[in-house]
Amino acid sequence: MPVMTFLEAIRQGIWEEMERDPSVFLLGEDIGAYGGAFKVSAGMLEKFGEDRVIDTPISESAIVGAAVGAALAGMRPVAEMQFMDFITCGFDQIVNVAAKIHYRWGPAVPMVVRGPSGAGVHGGPYHSQSNEMWFVHTPGLKVVVPATAYDAKGLIKSSIRDDNPVIFFEHKLLYRRIKEDVPEEDYVVPLGKARIAREGTDIAVITYGAMVWTALEAAEALAKEGISLEVVDLRTLLPYDEQAVLESVRKCNKVILLHEDTRTGGMAGELAALIASQAFEDLDGPIVRVTSPDTPVPFSPPLEEFFLPNAQKVAEAARKLAAY
Amino acid sequence: MEHSDTATSAAHSTEAQGNGASTLTQVDRARRTDPAVLKDLLEKMLLVRRFEEKSAELYTLGKIGGFCHLYIGQEAVGVGAISTLSPDDYILCSYREHGHALVRGLDPGEIMAELCGKKSGVSKGKGGSMHLFDKTKGFMGGHGIVGGQIPLATGFAFASKYLKQHAVTLCFFGEAAVNIGSFHESLNLAALWKLPVVYICENNRFGMGTPVERASSLYDLSGKACAYNMARAYVDGMDVLAMRELVMEAVERARGDNAPMLIEARTYRFMGHSMSDPVHGHYRTKAEVEEQKRHDPIKMFTSTLETLGVINHDDVAELDKKVREIVEDAVAFSERSEEPDPMEIDTDVYTS
Repeated sequence: MPVMTFLEAIRQGIWEEMERDPSVFLLGEDIGAYGGAFKVSAGMLEKFGEDRVIDTPISESAIVGAAVGAALAGMRPVAEMQFMDFITCGFDQIVNVAAKIHYRWGPAVPMVVRGPSGAGVHGGPYHSQSNEMWFVHTPGLKVVVPATAYDAKGLIKSSIRDDNPVIFFEHKLLYRRIKEDVPEEDYVVPLGKARIAREGTDIAVITYGAMVWTALEAAEALAKEGISLEVVDLRTLLPYDEQAVLESVRKCNKVILLHEDTRTGGMAGELAALIASQAFEDLDGPIVRVTSPDTPVPFSPPLEEFFLPNAQKVAEAARKLAAY
Repeated sequence: MEHSDTATSAAHSTEAQGNGASTLTQVDRARRTDPAVLKDLLEKMLLVRRFEEKSAELYTLGKIGGFCHLYIGQEAVGVGAISTLSPDDYILCSYREHGHALVRGLDPGEIMAELCGKKSGVSKGKGGSMHLFDKTKGFMGGHGIVGGQIPLATGFAFASKYLKQHAVTLCFFGEAAVNIGSFHESLNLAALWKLPVVYICENNRFGMGTPVERASSLYDLSGKACAYNMARAYVDGMDVLAMRELVMEAVERARGDNAPMLIEARTYRFMGHSMSDPVHGHYRTKAEVEEQKRHDPIKMFTSTLETLGVINHDDVAELDKKVREIVEDAVAFSERSEEPDPMEIDTDVYTS
């Protein structure tokens, strides 16, 4: 099984879908000759040609809108946002147009909008956001946030095959840092299904995206102290796997909700409400959130480091909760 | 001035207008310009060049992180244009704005400190390279998303007209920004409401790695103004005096008649899109970049001034020494500045 980076796994997933289905095509800024700002589409122009790997002007609204139209006409577009922060310029076409078409008048809108999100590269306030919740609050969309290279490939393939508009968040810090064995054959990872990233017994850490790795690092450290963390990787945020969350909480009886996104209105709040309403009797301690604070993402490296959750912060919260 | 007729009549014309088509040479323009102004323009261009070279060096050393877009090659555009403004006027820029900020008189040390993420930076280290601001100088950013500043500039112009401040707004953006929707929405409003704003499109030929002819159906980008019945012109953006003369006229008309204008400055960036993009490779050849460097705006202007005897070789060396010292001082200021205290994380999220 070849070792692949997170980025290469996404590329291979898209590549395979383009080979198996001629209705799949790519559009976005600098995805052709340049290969994409992060090189996700490197080599694709040469392989699939200009008709299927389309460089667009800087026109997010037109990129998304054109993707919606093409999807309605039988294509399966995969639109790249150069940074997920820039998705705001195509917001209307996503939340008002794509998300509500099926509900309004029936047809499927099989399209993917994908791109890099997340902090940790000193990108500053406009190139670092974890803005997935803008879309989790939009019924009609699916929102996917992979953590591993294996999942990145399997989930992008599922997203492309899905008949609904999917917003696919790729944490830019994972692109080249995560390397693992990824099967070369065709496989998919279903949308809406969480996975247990690490089995444990004392505290369930429910998380997604890059924070899965942070939780695993904390779990490794705490294991030496006799505290056993179970790490649940949600993989899809909309629709999310309620059953997996509840099962892990019922097993561990204590829970930490972890995400890189800012606190208020974050996924943790939604999960806390689910757990409080469905698993209240199973809890042996308060529901704990570890998130970024409610501020924009600062540029300055020490400020950004302070802003982001890390393994130490998770471990500290876990120690307190274990002692509760 | 020779371009006044074309510029004022441009609103109703579909012909390419402006002093880009002029036969005047830079030497001709220099002859009719105050020598003190000429020297000042050269000094500012040199300052920007040396500052950016130093930024590249610090980025390579890891002292500047994140994304960093340099202005090398385009100095004549910002220097020529901003030289025409009054202190109360407004400037809004893209993320390639270190040069504009320097020319507007923001403290070089505080700019460098911002690039390095220091507490003493113009934005307290929270914004970085793409988010430079100084309200006291009318320098309203530094905007890190392509074209995001264009509607804002329209709003600044609206406010200064409404408040009868007689301020003019200069709005700089790259040629790739003319394809975003809000560029068109803004130009329509500015023409409809007759706002004192000059939109300066810095056409450096590439939106990151995509050549302009692969991104815009119209080659003459100034022609976009025709759809909004707005005056327009293009200009040689490598010629600081052509730039200055055209913008001066545009600013005067904006201030006097509340007439907006779109100017396309044809220029070239000598560096990659950002520090992570090589100078040449995927989307342009080394030969192309070398050819363009023959039109280096600083070399060309230096040669003009030497030809006219405004300066000599020693003067240039002295100016260069002076700006290098300013840059070294800026680096020293940044180096001795503290990093932000983590407790600063949630200050400035809301105003009290």
